[in-house]
Amino acid sequence: MQFGVFTIGDITTDPTNGTTPTEHQRIKDTVRIAQHAEQAGFEVFATGQHHNPPFVAPGNPPTLLAFLAAQTQKLILSTATTLITTMDPVRLAEDYSYLQHLAEGRVDLTMGRGNTGPVYPWFGKDIRQGIPLAVENYHLLHRLWHEENVDWQGRFRTPLQDFTLTPRPLDGVAPFVWHGSIRSAEIAEQAAYYGDGFFHNNIFWNKEHVIQMVQLYRQRYEYYGHGKAHHAYVALGGQAFMRKNSQDAVNEFRPYFDNAPVYGHGPSLEQFTRMTPLTVGSPQQVIERTLSFRDWVGDYQRQMFLIDHAGLPTDVVLEQIDLFGEEVLPVLRKEFAALKPADVPEAPTHEFLVARHERGEDPVPGGAEGSQAWKDAQERAEKAQASEKAGA
Amino acid sequence: MEELPDLGGPEAFGAPESTDPFTPQARHLVVVSGGLGDPSSSRQLADRLAAAASDRLSAEEIVPEVHVVELRLLATDIAEAMVNPSRSEALQAALEEVSQADGIIAVSPTFKASYSGLFKSFWDLVEDDAVRDVPVLLGATGGTPRHSLMIDTAMRPLFSYLRTKVLSSGIFAASDDWGEVEGGQASTRTTPLQTRIAAAGADLASVVGRFPARPRRASGAPAPLEVIPFDQLLRGE
Repeated sequence: MQFGVFTIGDITTDPTNGTTPTEHQRIKDTVRIAQHAEQAGFEVFATGQHHNPPFVAPGNPPTLLAFLAAQTQKLILSTATTLITTMDPVRLAEDYSYLQHLAEGRVDLTMGRGNTGPVYPWFGKDIRQGIPLAVENYHLLHRLWHEENVDWQGRFRTPLQDFTLTPRPLDGVAPFVWHGSIRSAEIAEQAAYYGDGFFHNNIFWNKEHVIQMVQLYRQRYEYYGHGKAHHAYVALGGQAFMRKNSQDAVNEFRPYFDNAPVYGHGPSLEQFTRMTPLTVGSPQQVIERTLSFRDWVGDYQRQMFLIDHAGLPTDVVLEQIDLFGEEVLPVLRKEFAALKPADVPEAPTHEFLVARHERGEDPVPGGAEGSQAWKDAQERAEKAQASEKAGA
Repeated sequence: MEELPDLGGPEAFGAPESTDPFTPQARHLVVVSGGLGDPSSSRQLADRLAAAASDRLSAEEIVPEVHVVELRLLATDIAEAMVNPSRSEALQAALEEVSQADGIIAVSPTFKASYSGLFKSFWDLVEDDAVRDVPVLLGATGGTPRHSLMIDTAMRPLFSYLRTKVLSSGIFAASDDWGEVEGGQASTRTTPLQTRIAAAGADLASVVGRFPARPRRASGAPAPLEVIPFDQLLRGE
């Protein structure tokens, strides 16, 4: 099980004292948070991608992640999310490949479509084409990473003739990809088709919905023959604020919750913590809540936490990370490991992917020979042939 | 590993049961009342329309199941849902009810030449396709009959946008309709309210009864996810 910290780089005024960090401060603090997460024992740090204030998550995450690669030793550097809709897949392939080399393989990424409407037209795209863009762009990105010379023609980008990606992915193995979606079944299907991971950022959503999306992904993962449903790679989001004494956590966090742009002025803190994974309380409460996610989605591979948000001062964020490292992660690791059956895989690392590649076991997009998807495709082809004959 | 839920075929994702297993002949009428008072004349009108439709369904040996969504009880939940993606359980249940209705009776008071903001906010939370092709009977209340075109100028476009089958009859109940105005001019009289209600209810029932019942899910089960096989998505279908 991997645990990680993810950030959207929001610049939010601290409602308790009215101070607002500068962009410069927030960016430098993001680096401190990532370094601190590594020291506290988190395995993953993921940055969002943003193109509009009040966010200073990078417009191209490899800029930040390459810097972090130089500042950290073990931390896996990831995204939450990389905008697959509005970015050129050729540039994504190049930039993340390059990052992978600099970081010695400590890189993976999460694809997302983005939920800020104007970003699409700013980059010359049509938001109504969100799903088709995600489908086509990722298909090209996947080919660029897995094939040497690519000829390409699609709906959304200029064609490519005999294009070779440089640099090639490290050790000939593309970074692992998670596909993030909250509501779109198409994206769960996409993750399953390629044998990639599925990230449900469930921080605002009720559990019935999360269960349904993850089940769909797992079942289709099996359908495409990448493994049993319970072998599929699942990551979840979460958010927490804690103090040793749970009432202290509630009192301290309430003004931040009540005023934050995403949470505030809606349901009360109590309602929100009941309806979503947000946990405000003692470390023990955070442990229990997080363990309950396993009851929703089965054994899963990665748990991300949103910690630096709502205008919390950086020092408090670092304290929270320490509390995770001292009180929460050791217990969660032990509990999750004890519950996990032996055949459920860990989250993929570069080393794992290289070994899998050498064994010739890379997932085949759409299903290898013998998979149910493959059998269905054969059957369809036979039927089409038969009806063609009958017609002729 | 211990049992993941049975994953079955694609139909397993919160898929509907075929219909109400106990009363396959049932039709589910959902009454959405946007009245703000208690008692409320909008609710009164809604109840009477539901009763009229139920009577006619019963007469045709179809079991009417009536669910009332009283928006005033959801006012806070609706306001919170406008600014935040989470939904309260009560609001979620109301939205689920509406999205599985065989027929809808929607009634709003007239405010400033239109329906109430609460009424609009509720429909803003209903997914675009959730009520597609569902027969809808419109009703409205207001102080005087001079507002009666509100049904056609404000409500009808909303329900056309939602792609419902809006019935041509809509029932407007002005204050005077609830009684007989003393000394009223014969020329200002309309068909008595109860007569119009009975006709509109029968109209709704006849449309609802003509269509098969829509599939229903177990209570609390989320709407099914539709799987489009990925090779279709890749082909741009």
